[in-house]
Formats: sequence, structure tokens, C-alpha cells
Amino acid sequence: MKATKKAARTKTAPSKNGARKSEAKPRPDALHALLRAVAASDDVHIVDLAQTLSPEFPPIVLPPEMGQSRPFRMEEISRYDERGPAWYWNNVSFGEHTGTHFDAPIHWISGRDLANNTTDTLPVEHFIAPACVIDCSREAEADADFLLTDAHLKAWEKRHGRIPPHSWVLMRTDWSKRSDPVAYQNLDDTGQHTPGPNPDCVRFLVNERDVLGFGTETIGTDAGQAAHFSPPYPCHYYMHGAGKYGLQCLCNLDRLPPTGALIVAAPLKICQGSGSPLRVFAIVPGR
Amino acid sequence: MPVPAPYDDVVLAAPVTVPYVRYSIKSAHWFLGRAVAELLAAAKIPKARIDGLAVASFTLAPDTAVGLTQHLDMTVRWLDHVPMGGASGIVSIRRAARAVQNGDADIVACIGGDTNHTDSFRRNTSAFSQFSQDAVYPYGSGGPNASFAFLTAYYMRTYGATREDFGKLCVAQRDNALKNPLALFKKPLALEQYLDARLVADPLRLFDCVMPCAGAEGFLVMRRATAEELGLRYVRLLGAIERHNAFPDDPVQYRGGWVMDRDTLYAQAGVGPEDIDFLETYDDYPVINVLQFEGLGFCREGEVPAFVRANTFEVGGSFPFNTSGGQLSVGQAGAAGGHLGITEAIRQLTGQPLGAQVPSARHGVVSGFGMINYDRGVCSGAVVLAAARP
Amino acid sequence: MPERAPRPQPKNPILPTRQATLPPASRSRVALGLTAVAARGRFALQVCRDCSAVQYPPREVCRSCLSHRLVWRPQDGKGELLTETTLCAAQELYFRERLPWRIGLVRLDAGVNLVAYLHTGVGTAPCRVRIETALDRAGQAALIAMPEKRRPDLSEDPKLRELTCDPRGRKILVTDGKTSVAQATVQALANAGADKIWIGEAEPWKKVAGLEALRELRQATIVPLDLTDGGSVQKLAGEIGGKVEILINTADHHRTFSIAARRGVETAQLEMDVNYFGLLRLAQAFAPVLKARAADQPTNAIAWVNVLSIFALANYPPHGTYSASKAAAFSLSQDLRAELRPAGVRVINLFPGPIDDDWDQLEMPPKLAPAALATAVVQALKGSIEDVYPGDVAQDWVARYLDNPKGLEREAGEGAR
Repeated sequence: MKATKKAARTKTAPSKNGARKSEAKPRPDALHALLRAVAASDDVHIVDLAQTLSPEFPPIVLPPEMGQSRPFRMEEISRYDERGPAWYWNNVSFGEHTGTHFDAPIHWISGRDLANNTTDTLPVEHFIAPACVIDCSREAEADADFLLTDAHLKAWEKRHGRIPPHSWVLMRTDWSKRSDPVAYQNLDDTGQHTPGPNPDCVRFLVNERDVLGFGTETIGTDAGQAAHFSPPYPCHYYMHGAGKYGLQCLCNLDRLPPTGALIVAAPLKICQGSGSPLRVFAIVPGR
Repeated sequence: MPVPAPYDDVVLAAPVTVPYVRYSIKSAHWFLGRAVAELLAAAKIPKARIDGLAVASFTLAPDTAVGLTQHLDMTVRWLDHVPMGGASGIVSIRRAARAVQNGDADIVACIGGDTNHTDSFRRNTSAFSQFSQDAVYPYGSGGPNASFAFLTAYYMRTYGATREDFGKLCVAQRDNALKNPLALFKKPLALEQYLDARLVADPLRLFDCVMPCAGAEGFLVMRRATAEELGLRYVRLLGAIERHNAFPDDPVQYRGGWVMDRDTLYAQAGVGPEDIDFLETYDDYPVINVLQFEGLGFCREGEVPAFVRANTFEVGGSFPFNTSGGQLSVGQAGAAGGHLGITEAIRQLTGQPLGAQVPSARHGVVSGFGMINYDRGVCSGAVVLAAARP
Repeated sequence: MPERAPRPQPKNPILPTRQATLPPASRSRVALGLTAVAARGRFALQVCRDCSAVQYPPREVCRSCLSHRLVWRPQDGKGELLTETTLCAAQELYFRERLPWRIGLVRLDAGVNLVAYLHTGVGTAPCRVRIETALDRAGQAALIAMPEKRRPDLSEDPKLRELTCDPRGRKILVTDGKTSVAQATVQALANAGADKIWIGEAEPWKKVAGLEALRELRQATIVPLDLTDGGSVQKLAGEIGGKVEILINTADHHRTFSIAARRGVETAQLEMDVNYFGLLRLAQAFAPVLKARAADQPTNAIAWVNVLSIFALANYPPHGTYSASKAAAFSLSQDLRAELRPAGVRVINLFPGPIDDDWDQLEMPPKLAPAALATAVVQALKGSIEDVYPGDVAQDWVARYLDNPKGLEREAGEGAR
């Protein structure tokens, strides 16, 4: 009798502040409420943040002497034909860092020795996290080499509040709207010209704010000219060196609020994986 | 070279022709089988009396003479398949003659025959020989027309023969054919028609080329005593020659193998060209006729134009030639083309021609030629035949 | 500036397309010895090692002394045209469609007779001529009599032009415009009078100055084409396949690694994906439409050119995985040739040695200038050959290969570690 009452009470008690760390017993109400809200597109809606994996999507450009990361490729196995009469399927191939993808800490030399640094060993709890979206779209339109600095971040925090720990920081540049691959890559004789964070910005996010990771719409979390920074590729260097993550080639960041969105980003469980393409989406409050 | 042993007592009898048709759905076996049947009827003998068989055909494949024996259910003690085209008839006589002389066979049937389907000529020509496949047919696939165009052009240029000269021979042959009920060509041929005809392979035009057809020819070879026992009219074999791949170093074939052996032929026969009353040549193209005129000693080398202009070639003319019309006006029933002259010669010498009779025919020469293996006819031969009573 | 070939009338779309016919194609095995030399544009005949007699038609034993020791030796082809004819009737469809046709009987000074096509430049018999080889549309050797003194182009004879793949007036696809070889080839094709040249470009974000310069060329149109993406290849074939008359595959992923010099297979996979699978994708997409239009005169599909490498013949270990990918492409090109032959579309392979470009930077001279390879491509199309070994190194390697392939294997491997 006692047990039944206790169970009943637990069942009907409303959930408060679902973002808090889970308590001793699970609270099914919070989950049901979330699912109902998603289904009704009432209080929350889903925003797809991933580009389509297709052969046209440009891969990262490396000097020809280096090993090359493969773009996405599909080879049809059968399509309701003599190779397979009732089914259609493909063999696909891609690099771990092709298309919209997740970087794990082992991807960079600075993170090579950390624990749980591969896609198959990352804590599953990290795959859902809140996001802070920094709107740099006007600056990036004016200057393809625009660099986000810690000063920019502090100005953002003045308006939207302190960046919480263990959250994603996403740099919105509207770069994903460049549908022409040539414009998306934006290469010339001096290399790639795409916006990204400067070293100070990254150090601030790692050391002062303990973020979960950094996400961009461009082909790398670092700026196109980051090879020339000190240290080179500071976002990769510092983030992964601190066991943090990266998200690249995101889209639809312009549909996210500056705060309040919940990012679901679960990379493929590749053994010893340094990253993987993934379906990343946001759960956003409101319609 | 010593003259080979004579053909004493070897005779030819029972000339038969299976009428020619332009196209037939039958196989060569039909025409050859009909030829044997006609031979039995003409000689009034049962099948078992024929104990030797010589066969020539281009379309009997995959069979040879061997398959034919079983097809016709004949048991023979002498068998020859002769793949020498228009020389096969002459060569069959040479083989059969020695066989009956020495008792290897009593009565040898020599038959030549072919069917003709709508694609027979192309099939036969495209796979005719290794040299032709490798080095001639790929250059225009003109078949023997191309090879003889080469020769005719060369001959005309070198010896001054004109198209009118060749035309005269063709017109005379057509005239002879008009009296032959079995000839496929029924209409007269005027010289203008011959000269203006459609070009086939310059300088050859339509009436320079034989018309392939289906049909068969046959005759029997035996000893004279056998022929008399059977009550058959016969002709005597006086001489026979053959020669293959003669003069290989001649750049163009302006002379045939007969040149090498004609003296032997006439020595063996005991007569000369001046004693010959008619000549049956192998005439797939007019130029080959003139090679045989020269080769068999009827005119001197290089003097063919004068010879042609000085003579007339109809049955009643100064030089009766291809008296049944020749292949050019009768039709070429494949390998039987080389037997056609033999059966006509036997008919002339036994007084039973299909068409007109050469007056007082006592001696005749029949010539054979064939197998354009590459750039010339490889096989040649000739026989001298005489009427039964000298 | 070469004169522009007159553009042919557009085809009446309601008329059926003519299908390809071929001259007689069978040859005995010994006769294929003539095809082998004709494929490289040479004329040779068998010569008896015991009595020196020259042989023709090809055969198994000497026509003079019956020795079986016959070897193919180069011939100068000089001779006399003895007699000729113009065919006005032919038994095979190929010739029926092309009458009248002039052939002749030639007596070589070497002492043999042969039947040959007569170039219009040759006078009437008798006259002196010189015999050359060509490849007919069945891919077999054909003998051509040329005038003894002045040597005209095959394409000056309207009948014999069909034995060539002359690029004049033609529409041509060059599959990858990024390499210096491809750029030089495009220019050479334009100079040779090509009407239109599509230039394939993969990864358009990687700009290459040489390709950018070609945008100004009147005949050139740059089109997207990535040989590693089947969809890209199919898409281009769907768009322009029905217009392509000559396809030149210049795509070449060239790295310089032996087995031990590079860990992992990633680089070798890319070499294979471009050099071998790229050819396979191209062939699957374009071969069917080329075959269907092989007789669609006057804009019919006539040739497929592969820029391979002499290392396809024998592996060069310092570029070992690259060599293997070119060897795979070479083998596949033989399949392609067999499949295109029944339609009379010629597959031409070039096997250059090292090119004077970035990836062969460390190779010692002699190296082939891209313009020289481009010239070789155009000459192969204007001539009547299918195997080309351009440049000194290629000539050296193929001579060693034919003489003693195991010896070449050792020699090529001398630098390997």
C-alpha cells in the first residue's frame, strides 16, 4: 500500500526545470511533456542543422602531398533491377570529416592522449546540450576573413547573459547559404577565406567558460586562414586539447534563438573514430 | 620430261546435267544425288555397278564425298573428293582414268554440283581461303570480280586486247547458248549491250561475270570394253594434264599452267592443236578464255587480239568454242562449272549435243581452271577427247 | 588561325540513325602480325631468317625454302602498281555503302604481290608507289598505296579519311582540364580545327591558371565532370553524350609512392578511383551512346583516347601504386576496345614516359613536354594507329619490354628500396 502510494505520487508530480541533472529516480512526465510538445509543434519545434550528404558537397581542401579526406560518394548496389529485384540500396563512402560532421578530441594532436576522446568512447550524455548562437552574419558578409574575438563574446554576453558551462557555442555566419561550392570554399592563391574564431576567443571559451564545443557553418571550426595563426588552427588546438568538440558545415543557425535551443549531436560510434558525419538538429522553444 | 603412260582404253560416257536454277532451297546433296540418279538412268545400270566416285562441290559442307556415300547409300572401292573448283572435272578424269586402267575401279561416276542460296556466293567468297581472308577480301570484298578485273586491266594494257575482243567471245557464246534448252540465259546478246552494261569492277561489266546458280553435271569413266558391254556411246580419252600453282613468280597471271604441259598433252594424245575441232574452255571471265587459247597452243602468246579478230566462235564458225554457251551464258553451278565443258564435249563427240552440232566433230579439247586462292587461279588442267571411231 | 571547317547541316530528327557496318574482320593468327605493326603505324613483313625471302600474304613457313624461322622486319614499302580496278559492286555492307572504291595490285621491290587501297593521289597503273599501313574500321591492318614522291595525308582522300579520326570539324570531350597535358591538348585540338571542345572540370573551387586561360578559347566550354562521382559522369553523358564524337580521357591522379613509401592505402585508392574506376565510369556512361552514333555521319562518334603511361606496361616502383593504377586502366581499355570495335569506334592509347610537370619533377630528363604529348594525341587522331609511345623514354621502355619484359622489370626496379 505504501509502495503504491509512493509510486502514484511520483507519477503525477510535475517536472520542474528539466535541465537540471537527473535525480535519483527518472521523471517520465518531463519526457512525455517534451514529446507531446514536439508532436504538436506547440511549445517546441525541431530545426534540422545538417546539410544533405551528397557528392556535390565540397570536402576540405588539403595540399596535394597530404592524405586526402574523401568527399561523399554513393555507388548503387541495386535499384529494383537484375542486381536486386525488390530493393534499392547503396554503398556509401566518405571521410570522417565529410559534410556536416562532429570532431572528437583525438582528431587533433593536442587531444591525442585524453581519456574518452574517440567517437565510440565519448560520454553519451554529451550528445544533448544547450547552445549559444553568436550572430556574425553581417560581419561575415562584409569580410570573408572575419574573426570572432573574446571582445565580441563579451558584448554578446552583455545582451544575452553568461555562456553556461557545457554548452555549444555556435558561430552563425549564414555561410551555409552559399550554395555554389566554389563560393562556399572561397579559395584563391593565398588559400581559403572563411570566417572563424581567433585564438583569444577560443582560449576564453575553453578556460573561462568550459564550453562543450564550438560549431560553425563553414568547412572548419577554424577560420580559412588559421594555418597562419599562433598557434595554427587554434580552435582545433585548444578545444580538442581540452577534451572539447567541434561541429562543422552546420546550417539553419539563423532559425535558432541566441539562447534556449537544445542541440542533439550524436556522432556515429566508429571504433577509434576521430569524428563522423551526423544528423544534428536543435529542439527550439516556440513555434 | 618423258610423256606419261597413255590412257589406252579409257573412255567417258553418259553425260548428264541436272537442270540449273538460279536459287534453290535444296542442299548440294539433292543436286549431286540427282546427278547419280541420272547417270544410272542414262547408263541403264544399277547403283551397285558404280564402284568409284569423284565428287566436286563448294556447298556440300559439312560433308565431303564421304558423307555423300552414306547419304546415297553407295558402297565404293575408290573415292575422291576434289576441291579444285573449275579444274575438278579434268582432275577427276585423270584420277578415275588411272583407277579404271589398273583395275582399282570399274565404273567411276564423276560428279560436280552445288546448290545456290541467296547468300551462298557471299558466304563462299568471304571464307574462301586463308590468303583471301587475310589479304584480298578485306579490300573491298569484291570477290573474284576484283581479282579478274586486275588481270583483265593488265592484259588489255599489255597485249592490246580490247573490250570488243572480249565482247565478241561473249556474244558468240550467247549465240551458242540460245540453242541449248538448259541454258539459263534465253535472250540474245548484242555487242553494244555487252559494251554498255553496268560496271561491276572496272573494266569488268555485267556480261563479263558468270551468274552463280544451282545445278549439277556428271559423267562416267570406264574401260572401253565395259562401255561396249553396256551398249553405251562413248568418247576416248587421248591425253590429260594438270598443273597447280604454275609460274608463281609471274607478277600477274598472264599465262596459265597449261603452258608448262601442253606439249606433253598433245604428245600423249598423238594430235596437235590443228587437229582439234572444238574447244570447251573454263570461262568464268572472258580474259581466262584467252589465256586458254594461248596456253593450249591455239594462238601464239601475245597474239590473242589478232586471233580473236580473225576467227568466229559460234558452233558453225571457224573456231567453235564453248559450244553449249559456256558458263557465261549457261550459268555457273558452282564446282560443276568445270564439268560443264566435259559433258558438252562428250555430247558433241557422240552426236548428241544439247544445242547445235559441231560439224564432223572428231577431236575436242576441254580445259579446266579454278581456285583464286589469292591473286591468281591456282589449278588448271586439260583433256583431249576423241570420238569413238578414229 | 586555322580555317574553320564548315559546320555540317543539323540532322533531320525524324530520320532513323544509320548503324555501323565494318569491313571483313577475320584474320588468321599469322596475319595479326601485320595488325600488330599497323597499330603502331609501321609496315613490316615476314622475312625468312634462313634465305631472306620476303613473305606475303603472312604464312607459317617460308614460301621459298620452307624454313619456319620467319620474323617480322620493317619494310620501306616501295613498289610498282601493276594493275588496278574500281569496284562498283561489293558483297559486304560496309563496301556497298561506300562504292565506288579503288584498289590495286602492287608488286613490292621486295618481291611480293599485295592488294592495297589506292590513295587518290596515286596515278593510273603502271606507276611507282609506296605502301603504308593503316587500321581499317574493324581495327585490322589495311595496306594503302601512296604516291611515291609526295606523301599526302590519309584524310585528303575522302574514302580513306574514314580510316583516320581526324579532329578537324569534330566535337571533342577532354575529360579533365586541370593538367598541363590536357591544356596543351585542348590548344592542339583547336589548332587542328576542332569545332567544339568540352573540357571537364572537377572540384571547381581549386582554380588552375592554365584551365582558366582556356575559357577564352572560342571552341572551349568548361563542363563539370568528376570521374570519382558516378552521378557526375552520368549527368554529363546525359547532357552531351549524344554530341561527343571524340572522347579524350586526360584524367590522371599521379602520386609518386612505392609500397613502402606511403602508409595506408588512401593515396593508392584515389589513384585507382580516378585512373581506373574513373575510366570505368566514363565507359559505362559514354560507350553506349558512342556506339549508337558510330555511323551517324557526318558527326558520328569515331574515337576514344586514353592518356595512360608507359608504366602501365611495366611497373616503375618509385611510382609503384600509380603504375598499378595505370596498368589497371590499360587492361580495362583493352576491354573497352573489344566492346567498341564492333561499332568501329577506335580506342587509342598513349603510353608516355615522365611528363615535364609537377608530379614528375624529380624524374631525370628526358621528359616529355606537355605540348609534345598533345601533338602526339593529335597526330594519332589524324593518322590511323591505336598504340602510341611518345617520346624517348616511352620508345626506350617499349623496346625493352618487347625484347625482354623480365629484364625490364629488373631494370625498372633498380632504384626501389
